[in-house]
Amino acid sequence: MTNQNNNGNGEATLRSLLIKDVVKEYVAGKPVLKGISFDVIGRSTVAIIGPSGTGKSTLLRCINRLIEPTAGEIVVAGHDMTKLSGKELRKARHYIGMVFQEFNLVERLSVIENVLCGKLGSTPVWRAWLRKYPQEDINRAFELIEKVGLGDFVTARADSLSGGQRQRVGIARAVMQNPHVIMADEPTSSLDPKTSVEIMELLNEFSAVQDVPLLINIHDVNLAKRFADRIIGMSEGHVVFDGTPDELQTSHLTEIYGGEDWLA
Amino acid sequence: MTKQYEWERFTPAQRMGRFIIYLGAVMALVLSLRTVEVIPEFLYDAPEQIVDLFTRMWPVDTAYYAEGVHSALIETLNIASLGTVLALFMAFPVGLMAANNITKIPVLNWFAKFILVSSRSVNSLVWAILFVAIFGPGALAGTVAIGFRSIGFCGKLLAEALEECDPGPIEALKAAGAPWPSIILKGYWPQVAPAFWGITLFRWDINVRESSVIGLVGAGGIGVALDTSLNLFNWDQVSLILLCIFAIVIAAEIFVTKVREKII
Amino acid sequence: MTARSVNTRRPFKPNWLARFGWLLILVYATYAISALDISWPRFVAGLGNGAKFIGELFPPNFERWKLLVENLLETVEIAVIASAFGVLFSLPIGLLAARNLMPPWASWPARAVICVCRSFHPVIFAILFVKAVGFGPMAGILTLIFASIGFIGKLFAEAIEEISLKPVEACKAAGAPFMSVLIYAVMPQVLNRFIGFATYQFDANMRNSTMVGIVGAGGIGGTLFAAFQRYDYDFLCAILLSIIGLIMISEFLAVRIKRVFND
Repeated sequence: MTNQNNNGNGEATLRSLLIKDVVKEYVAGKPVLKGISFDVIGRSTVAIIGPSGTGKSTLLRCINRLIEPTAGEIVVAGHDMTKLSGKELRKARHYIGMVFQEFNLVERLSVIENVLCGKLGSTPVWRAWLRKYPQEDINRAFELIEKVGLGDFVTARADSLSGGQRQRVGIARAVMQNPHVIMADEPTSSLDPKTSVEIMELLNEFSAVQDVPLLINIHDVNLAKRFADRIIGMSEGHVVFDGTPDELQTSHLTEIYGGEDWLA
Repeated sequence: MTKQYEWERFTPAQRMGRFIIYLGAVMALVLSLRTVEVIPEFLYDAPEQIVDLFTRMWPVDTAYYAEGVHSALIETLNIASLGTVLALFMAFPVGLMAANNITKIPVLNWFAKFILVSSRSVNSLVWAILFVAIFGPGALAGTVAIGFRSIGFCGKLLAEALEECDPGPIEALKAAGAPWPSIILKGYWPQVAPAFWGITLFRWDINVRESSVIGLVGAGGIGVALDTSLNLFNWDQVSLILLCIFAIVIAAEIFVTKVREKII
Repeated sequence: MTARSVNTRRPFKPNWLARFGWLLILVYATYAISALDISWPRFVAGLGNGAKFIGELFPPNFERWKLLVENLLETVEIAVIASAFGVLFSLPIGLLAARNLMPPWASWPARAVICVCRSFHPVIFAILFVKAVGFGPMAGILTLIFASIGFIGKLFAEAIEEISLKPVEACKAAGAPFMSVLIYAVMPQVLNRFIGFATYQFDANMRNSTMVGIVGAGGIGGTLFAAFQRYDYDFLCAILLSIIGLIMISEFLAVRIKRVFND
């Protein structure tokens, strides 16, 4: 899918992610991200592939500024993320849902409390402390937990669940935020093949239902080809491929990953 | 022909380090033995004195219990417990300030660590002396002294527990846009809660021991009775008091062990 | 959107145990405050006194620094000697107290000794030793030796009880005498932890040695208490600051020593 600049259309701006010339240097003079640019407008599933260490996780974390980009522009749902700070930054983050490789759940809390954590950005602290969440939030949390197939585990402790189940909770938490963009950082890397497929299907489903773009870091190329509408290939800090899964050829993969032995 | 392999358990640098320490320790010991002032007559006298002491301490004056000891024992336990509770409330914020993953301003870190070190460096007896000067003799001085001494202990262990927290869930909450009080409540607290209660119980146990002697400088509890009996050379009462102290310390330890097994 | 009414289930079971716990703490605090005769007026009066007191502490008066340094040195000496002998004695006593290695007739007396040493605050030992061997550092040294035995002995015994007995079995099967079994099978497993305990106890002895002087067992505690009783508050402040400084140095040393041995 090629770039479509719909900046005049308010609706499209909301479900959009515009990245321009993002550079990140951990050590001065050795940039990890060397000027990444791409736009994602409207509902679609974008898979970012590339070898380990090429900056995929860094890129995702620059988008919600968990890591500070050294240079570049990042506009999410019309907000320029690089110019925000403090309360506004938090509000902007609230509209970006993130799913993590290691699930990042609070182990000792129950499933529903973890899902409700997604709403912490818009819940006053005293409500969070006394667990007096608004009823609509509780209803929505229940619905999401049912949706991900964990209806019987609502009050179970997070650390009593399997890996696949925990990732579902993570996804429910991200969707709970009613995000404008969903990002997933290698959501299937810690899971077995069957569960990985289930998780990818779940992510796609939510992306469709919420009608938001979905950005996934993934290193399993086959999963990427199977589930994504658009693939962005990164290598050595640059974008070297941006197109549909059908356009992805072996030559592209060699360029991205190097070497040929691993290609089936 | 067999090759000659050389294997050394420690590198030369490590050996040097250990040697310096051993040498330092021996030198310190020798110097101390030579300069310390021991009066030989007292030393030769010692066995006789010890026998004399034990003769006077037996039989134990059990009659004294009701009038002099019982209420003082209760007071001791109250001082220990209230002092620990006081310390909890004071140690928590200081511990938060000292943890370098929660408070990122180095000056505040240093300040908090300084408070913790000072609290630990000053003995509870010395704290008791200070607070007797401020609040006058009695249990108030004792309670505050126990509290202040315990801040350092609880705060340091709490800060260490906080620094060892899993950063994953914290990242997830930050990404969801949660304000920092909510992050502490839902991200850090569930992780450190068991350690926190363990530390508290541990300190309470030590505080029972400490509370039993601060009365020697006037800060309330059974130490006051001990001081009186010592001044009057009523050694049989002294032995009663010592036995009672022994009893409550053992009782406290058993209590703590039982609670530990059940809750943690 | 499901038609099922989803909000009829309670998501948060109120944690009655935790609520009860907090309530208990609150109730207890209120009871204790009244039992200890702590009243607000007294507290406020104390704050006033406190401010005055702090005013008299500063600036710290180092005029009698000779006396201060002399007593600080005595404090250090007491700590060093007591630590050396304390560590020396706690090694066999701790070994004897290990129930997995020793028969009950050896372990029970050893455990009893350790228990008594631990249960009493060092000050109590100090008082008894002052009566037995008179005023001065000797009483302090003996006090801290016993305190060390109590602390190191207990932890060391626990550490030994946690070791794997397989190397012990192997050595015994090879016909090794008991001492050799100890040296080759037991000690390598626990030596690191023992060094950790010993270093910790040295630090603790340093702290305790600053206060045994209050009852006459030598060291800076005596100077401190004397200054207090004479209302010499600015000298008191100087003493306090030097104690804090001494402890900081000793803590720093303890950390470095542990680092060298943990390499």
